[in-house]
Amino acid sequence: MKKGLAALPFAVMAAAAISTSAHAASTLVYCSEGSPEGFNPSLYYSGTTFDASSKPIFNRLMEFKLGTTQVEPSLAKSVDVSDDGLEYTFHLRKGVKFQSSKDFKPTRDFDADDVIFSFNRQRLDSNPYHKVGGGSYGYFDDMGMNTLIKDIVKVDDYTVKFVLNHPEAPFIANLAMDFASIFSKEQADQYLKAGTPEKLDQTPVGTGPFQKVQYQKDSLIRYVAFKDYWKGKAKIDRLVFSITPDASVRYAKLKAGECDVMPYPNPADIKQMEADPNINLMSQEGLNVGYLAFNVTKKPFGDVKVRQALNYATDKQAIIDSVFQGAGKVAKNPIPPTMWSYNTSIKDYPYDPAKAKKLLAEAGYADGFETTIWAMPVQRPYNPNARRMAEIMQEDWAKVGVKANIVTYEWGEYLKRAKAGEPDTILIGWTGDNGDPDNFLYVLTSCDSVGGSNYSEWCNKAYDDLLVKAKRTSDMDKRNDYYKQAQVIFHDQAPWIPVANSVVYEPIRKEVKGYKIDPLGGHYFYSVSKEK
Amino acid sequence: MFQFIFRRLSLVIPTFIGITLLTFTLIHMIPGDPIEVMAGERGVSPERHAELSAQLGLDKPLYEQYFHYVAGIVQGDLGESLVTHEPVMNEFMTLFPATVELAVCAAIFAILIGLPAGIFAAVKRGTIFDHSVMTFSLTGYSMPIFWWALLLMLVFSVTLGWTPVSGRIDVVYWIDNTTGFMLIDSWLSGEEGAFKSAVSHLILPSIVLGTIPMAVIARMTRSSMLEVLSEDYIRTARAKGIAPWRVIVIHALRNALIPVITVIGLQVGTLLSGAILTETVFAWPGIGKWLIESISRRDYPVVQGGILIVATIIIVVNLLVDIAYGVVNPRIRHNR
Repeated sequence: MKKGLAALPFAVMAAAAISTSAHAASTLVYCSEGSPEGFNPSLYYSGTTFDASSKPIFNRLMEFKLGTTQVEPSLAKSVDVSDDGLEYTFHLRKGVKFQSSKDFKPTRDFDADDVIFSFNRQRLDSNPYHKVGGGSYGYFDDMGMNTLIKDIVKVDDYTVKFVLNHPEAPFIANLAMDFASIFSKEQADQYLKAGTPEKLDQTPVGTGPFQKVQYQKDSLIRYVAFKDYWKGKAKIDRLVFSITPDASVRYAKLKAGECDVMPYPNPADIKQMEADPNINLMSQEGLNVGYLAFNVTKKPFGDVKVRQALNYATDKQAIIDSVFQGAGKVAKNPIPPTMWSYNTSIKDYPYDPAKAKKLLAEAGYADGFETTIWAMPVQRPYNPNARRMAEIMQEDWAKVGVKANIVTYEWGEYLKRAKAGEPDTILIGWTGDNGDPDNFLYVLTSCDSVGGSNYSEWCNKAYDDLLVKAKRTSDMDKRNDYYKQAQVIFHDQAPWIPVANSVVYEPIRKEVKGYKIDPLGGHYFYSVSKEK
Repeated sequence: MFQFIFRRLSLVIPTFIGITLLTFTLIHMIPGDPIEVMAGERGVSPERHAELSAQLGLDKPLYEQYFHYVAGIVQGDLGESLVTHEPVMNEFMTLFPATVELAVCAAIFAILIGLPAGIFAAVKRGTIFDHSVMTFSLTGYSMPIFWWALLLMLVFSVTLGWTPVSGRIDVVYWIDNTTGFMLIDSWLSGEEGAFKSAVSHLILPSIVLGTIPMAVIARMTRSSMLEVLSEDYIRTARAKGIAPWRVIVIHALRNALIPVITVIGLQVGTLLSGAILTETVFAWPGIGKWLIESISRRDYPVVQGGILIVATIIIVVNLLVDIAYGVVNPRIRHNR
């Protein structure tokens, strides 16, 4: 009896053991990190939601070429831009089919009405769908689309003209973002007529490569390949998101063959993954930057010499080694090196405490001063351990006489207080949305962003003029030039200590072919196949 | 008996009012702003913040928000999640069957192992078996769940390949969500191997979640049995020549069960309120993880509604335990 009792769990376990890698070759399992907030990408901010909605289900007028930040036409075949940069005319692709769902069967192909509906829902209070699902279109508003777009005109069934209030070069890149996904107006009309408009956000159909067939919150999402997809059916037949929040468990599942692709591995597991013969560890520099912003409105950070001194006083390589455990690279500019217009000729401030002391003395702080470093309470790709980063900086600065106290708050509170200008210096960062330098420089360092995400509250006229000029022209050579000049001013004025650009790792099973890491952080499975 | 149940029920209303007040006050006392959390590094302008606050009803004074919340509860409406805009009740109902399924299996595991182990340890007091049971139960009780789960997973799932790593069923099975209970749904689906897969997915989480209750039950059963076994009537029964198993099961166990039922009741209540760590490690879609995430997102309606439902469950389970006492021991029923 005693023996029987002890052996019971193991006996049941062995009896019920099943082959864990039994899934068919045409099913790809992606162990995602969490549940999506919903399936309408225009209502939300998180990458988890975009991976589950806009990437598999929808298309946009323009899209990012897979594995790059280059924008290419998608549902639009081509685009004409007027000389004054105020009119964008999109020529739409013909013969593009919408998916179907349990209660909706499309009767027509994609056309201009779908484009106009998808944007007007976010733009116009008068649109019957505007208030549905909370009525908050954060990304659309944050990218300035609500004030930028003056009108959207249907020229004919396959031609749509966007009229802008002012020229805005990043507009095209914005249209490739997730919030600009194209919905079916026919489906929206059907639900509105039935009095159930909220269903559009729960079971939307798109023109994308996969259609959603089942969602179980916190468990899984199932998709099947859309056989009428306009680029041709995906190579895999079924796509499953197996929702697995813990990174160690995702790795265990990958090893056991229960998933094929996993995002966000633990930095500590990277070495073991590299050595695993069944795993192909892919990596790419992330489109992000982690930095420390000096609040220039607070003493003594209004003095450029103090800011430069602390740049010299910080041993960034030590931070990369300790905080990123190799999964990061030292940053010197406010934009990451993979982005166009990155100024390679800028020479970073080397670690030089003696030089730092000299500069502090020149600024009148020979005996140093006391300040605070704000450390984020959350993990981010651009800063996996802000507390540790702050501690290293604290030690480095102490060597030049600057006594820094570390401060932290709950995340929402942290952001709120930071925007109110409370910190002396703050650790924060940014991950790019659309591959345009404007999305880093204007958002984080322009005069317009003071009181928003310009945490250093630094506003430099010459620098800002360059950013505005680059925004207003579509000439790529000129834009490139403006941004490079801006980075020189930024380096000299040193409103930040740019600390790191992280390296993104994605382990996949060896059987998975054709997978590419998206520099913008998304996960795409259209071109992926699985070998038996 | 009915009077006894009625007396118990009358205590429920003030308890509920207390719970609503407490959860509402606590969640609003923690610093943090759901709108800021949603926007992240990007941030929102003050105008937009005000607009969103108005939309979500967060701009109203706290007492007004509280009364709105209570008025909703009275009408059976727990509100909508600030994040997903789904009714709280819908989200709860989607996740609760998974929690119940796991809790029941963990409880079965804990009782099946814990109860006999406790009885035998008491009967064989002072032997190696007794000491081993006590050592194992103390270890089980003090085991860090997260570590225990990962250890079992590495041994049985990754190294031996006996059980799946996590989830509720293998992804090859496309099971319709009929009842929400995967064991039942997979059985109903008729797909070959689906039920077996669902069972195999339950084994490790049930063992992990059932370990602490098992240890508690084993220890409680042992000490309670020891007390009863030293009673005079047991000696009398033995002296009368009644079969030893009969003395233990019929005479001793029934009397020793009262404190054990209390413990089982409390444990089941805890199991049903969701097991955050076990759910996180095994990617089990239950309510524990849902509540924790909603706290970090400051999703007020979910925290308030979710905790209220969980509290209701615990109250109901405790009530059932009280009634079970009465059934096992008529003296309790009459004395009250």
